[in-house]
Amino acid sequence: MNPKGSVLVVGAGIAGVQAALDLADGGYYVHLVERRPAIGGGMSQLDKTFPTNDCSACILSPKLVECGRHLNINLLTLSELVSIDGEPGDFRAVVRQHPRYVDTGKCIACGLCAEKCPKKVKNEFNMGLSERKAAYLLYPQAVPLKYAIDSKNCIWLNKPGRCGACAKACPAGAINFDDAPKDHLLEVGAVVLAPGFSPFDPSALDFTGYGRVPNVVTSMEFERLLSPSGPCLGHMERTSDHKEPKRIAWLQCVGSRDINKACHGYCSSVCCMYAIKQAVIAKEHATGGGLSAHIFFMDMRTHGKGFEGYYNRAQTDGVVFHRSRVHSVIPGKDDNLIIRYADEHGKAAEEEFDLVVLSVGLELNRNAISLMDKLGVGFDSDGFIVTAPFAPVSTNRPGVFVCGAASEPKDIPQSVVEASAAALEAERLLAEARWSKTKTKEFPPERDVRPEPPRIGVFVCHCGINISSVVDVKAVTEYAKGLPNVVFAQDNLFTCSQDTINQMSETIRRERLNRVVVASCSPRTHEPLFQETLREAGINKYLFEMANIRDQDSWVHRDAPKMATLKAKDLVRMAVAKVRGDEPLPYNSVPVTRAALVVGAGVAGMTAALSLADQGFKVHLVERKDRLWGHARKFYRTWQGDEVRPYLEDMSRAIESHSKIELHLNTTIEDASGSVGQFKTSLSDGSLIEHGVAILAIGGESFKPRQGKWNYLYGRNPNVHTLLELDKRFIEGDQDLKGLGQAVFIHCVGSRVPERPYCSRVCCTHAIDQALKLKELNPEMDIFMLYRDIRTYGKRERLYQEARGKGIVFVRYDLEHLPEVRDEGGRLLVRAHDPVLDRYINLHPDLLVLASAVVPRDDMGRLSKLYKCAVGAEGFLLEAHMKLRPVDFATEGVYLAGLCHYPKPIDETIAQAKAAAARAAIVLSKEAVPAEGVTAQVNPAKCTGCAVCTQVCPYSAINIDPATAKAVVNVGLCKGCGACVASCRSDAASLKNLGNEQIMAAIEAATEDVVIGPEGLV
Amino acid sequence: MEDKNLQSGTNLAASPTANWEPRIVAFLCNWCSYAGADLAGVSRFQYPPNIRIIRVPCSGRVSANMILDALKAGADGVLVSGCHPGDCHYISGNLHARRRFGLLKNFLEFLGIEPGRINFSWVSASEGEQFSEVVKKVTGRVKALGPTRRLVKEIRID
Repeated sequence: MNPKGSVLVVGAGIAGVQAALDLADGGYYVHLVERRPAIGGGMSQLDKTFPTNDCSACILSPKLVECGRHLNINLLTLSELVSIDGEPGDFRAVVRQHPRYVDTGKCIACGLCAEKCPKKVKNEFNMGLSERKAAYLLYPQAVPLKYAIDSKNCIWLNKPGRCGACAKACPAGAINFDDAPKDHLLEVGAVVLAPGFSPFDPSALDFTGYGRVPNVVTSMEFERLLSPSGPCLGHMERTSDHKEPKRIAWLQCVGSRDINKACHGYCSSVCCMYAIKQAVIAKEHATGGGLSAHIFFMDMRTHGKGFEGYYNRAQTDGVVFHRSRVHSVIPGKDDNLIIRYADEHGKAAEEEFDLVVLSVGLELNRNAISLMDKLGVGFDSDGFIVTAPFAPVSTNRPGVFVCGAASEPKDIPQSVVEASAAALEAERLLAEARWSKTKTKEFPPERDVRPEPPRIGVFVCHCGINISSVVDVKAVTEYAKGLPNVVFAQDNLFTCSQDTINQMSETIRRERLNRVVVASCSPRTHEPLFQETLREAGINKYLFEMANIRDQDSWVHRDAPKMATLKAKDLVRMAVAKVRGDEPLPYNSVPVTRAALVVGAGVAGMTAALSLADQGFKVHLVERKDRLWGHARKFYRTWQGDEVRPYLEDMSRAIESHSKIELHLNTTIEDASGSVGQFKTSLSDGSLIEHGVAILAIGGESFKPRQGKWNYLYGRNPNVHTLLELDKRFIEGDQDLKGLGQAVFIHCVGSRVPERPYCSRVCCTHAIDQALKLKELNPEMDIFMLYRDIRTYGKRERLYQEARGKGIVFVRYDLEHLPEVRDEGGRLLVRAHDPVLDRYINLHPDLLVLASAVVPRDDMGRLSKLYKCAVGAEGFLLEAHMKLRPVDFATEGVYLAGLCHYPKPIDETIAQAKAAAARAAIVLSKEAVPAEGVTAQVNPAKCTGCAVCTQVCPYSAINIDPATAKAVVNVGLCKGCGACVASCRSDAASLKNLGNEQIMAAIEAATEDVVIGPEGLV
Repeated sequence: MEDKNLQSGTNLAASPTANWEPRIVAFLCNWCSYAGADLAGVSRFQYPPNIRIIRVPCSGRVSANMILDALKAGADGVLVSGCHPGDCHYISGNLHARRRFGLLKNFLEFLGIEPGRINFSWVSASEGEQFSEVVKKVTGRVKALGPTRRLVKEIRID
């Protein structure tokens, strides 16, 4: 059977979008199915994202736009998967597309339909906190940027002939009431499921008051209240009286970590962090900064990269944290709310707030449950799609993969990691069919315009009436005709419509235009379309400028048409001045050496190597030690209970027998040079490797507290172990463990402390699993866990519940009351303060286990410098973007996975390694990769070699050539930001088509018409 | 109350000429502030029409020369706007811009350019309303200062 070269991705939230982009960029045709009228999912509704406080829409939008424009992504909105049959490599899927009633080919997103639509309904995007019309755009940055008519609420669709206001208003004739459902039969080789989550509905939890008492909102509702594009435009208001709240409370674990019938036993993983983020952002938003923010929680779970630091900062900034159990939320006066709670000592207390936010948990998207059932994928007892620890993105149905919050509650970076990993699994299955279904665009050869004098064409757009109702478009067009070098100017009703585009292409040829200006909407959305038109007409795409006379003119100066017309003329004049100096630029590309270097042969490195080699790519796997497996050698079992050894043995066999993997043991990296597609690395065995990409999977270390504050007699008393040392005894089947009467675990040894202010993520789960294993060996054993916060995130919470059920005792400590360990004649004494009893307890364990930190390797810096990667404040390697590029470095062609990124368990390491392989495969699958066209250049005659540019360049793309003492730009690394140009003291650095002369020309054009009389000068 | 998005100096009162409208040149980074300006349009937040936007890849691309050139060419005010600290698409360009701007501002004040003529702000891609607020404030400030008087290269009389 020949596998199909296309993949079906179900769900277009951040996970589905990432999987689709990785697949489409890696050589597969993608059908992306989304139930809503626009893609973006839950992330598009968020205001800011933790821990960077990035604006969610800002970082998400470029990915959505890329998805929308991708030649190899078929976006099917308002669609759902109906059925799927066949086998891996060869599935047949039926997708039903519901009618939009708006022709997307004609809709120009002017919004007149919504303006005229008389029917108001609740806006689900704003969680029902505002209203929209029956004709609507899901959200302002929606992709596709096309309106839709909701058939449930549309007057015409329910009573034909009764309304039709939208059809009358639409200037493009895009409304189509006769639109009907369509079924698409798709042949695909694999399926990636990314149905996402639904926020838990707290209506059934009467103690919260939600739905009955005013001013109790869910966290998702609060996101919308904070959002600048939300119902109150980011001016935080409470729902009952639109007053700005002065005291806000967050209640954690609403619907999570709760074994009542209406709730879920698992931890939702993300709520602690989003509550802290909301508290911090709300304090920033508050007028005068006077907001009092209180978080009521059980355990604070800030277990991700950068999370603990964020928590610490929030405490410093005055967010109040109550370790407590909330009894009830009851109405107070003036629509205020009184929270009754018990503090850690069991004392009852009350506090009054203006607004209560319920930190609701995540559950599998309710709309997806029946579909998943139909597909035959298995669910676990928590209602999530079931996966295996060593195959974290595979469902139980072969060829069907899953990513994102559908398999367990998880945050955005982990969802993105899994999305890339799911893409990898599909690629591996369909490796032979790569590039078999994809399309490529062919362009005619380009005319060399350099000898020609500028012949500029100007196309001015009416955008229906969006521009022309304010700006006098005819006058602007006439004005353009009189500008120097303009040989052609014309106005169009819709410049972006297919017929105008075709006509523009003809005009460019007929008039022998060699520069083009389009005065219409924003280059951010439309520049690629028009640039493509230039290429179709046989001229270089960089000979183009846009004048933004809609978004930045007619739409914002509605009441000043004369000034708006004047401004439009200025903007056209500025664009003409700029385009006059534009030069054709090369479509740079770098040939790819189709081999990968993987550094480190632990679980991450082995997984990445196999993932690439199985697709037919050559892999050099370099390991400094004399054997494979890395740290995993010391692990007994995963938290799900699967032993690690058999898995490692399988991987070893696969690696050692793989024809595409060259294993270099006892080898270190000596030197490296080059950039994406063309790296050269010399190894300690004297060999020189040429490779197109590199994956750094160099692992971490386990902290051994041999001395100092966290020593606890480690290394001095034989009964004091680290977690891994106890694992070793489990692996060896040590029978002595059965005879132990008492064991004590101390958590956070060396983590979450001033010198290492991060959480090691894995230790709570690992320690509790070990405690359970000891209970298996000897059910009579007394076990005490001395902890600070239990962080058994996600489904791991089950272990914590089981441990408590089995009588394991949990005693909390804090940095002010550290446990003390003494050796009393060979017998251990552990003394700890119990905050519930408020007294000290003495324990005499036979075994003391220290859950010690995972720490970064100390030689990380050297390797990261060789490949121009960054190291974060905590000493781990720093990815390109914490949220959306979790396995990439800012340096293209280099990726990371495993403990060198942050402490993580084996399942997450495997997912990340697969994700890194998927990202690397995008490069390896191509003969050549495109390089940035707008890059810096240095005029050696002017360069003084002062090296300021080398210091400001964030990509290390500019260096001083020792031979000439002049700066040289590495075009492969340059992203065209222009920092070097602005900082160059001798005017030697320049940016192609954004040089000083060109920007100065635009500046001068901007003020050319300004009349300055003698009174204007002193 | 001072807008936290806007960093500028005090206003110097001047008597504007009747019917005079200031011309303000704005350098907006492609990834945040230009997108914020687009969002102001999509959301129809109205602001004064005196601003002429020049799109640059990054606020770090804006050199002192470009600001001086705008004043020389007759702009009554200049606005430079980039991504919020930490959000820069090019990692650190906005921080370079901030440093460069601080230096230039001192220098221009020394030369007698009123502090309110040149302005710096952070506007993210989701802050459409903030963008319109920034433009309103900057325009008001420059209007109060009156036509630019220093550095202007030539006198043109129509």
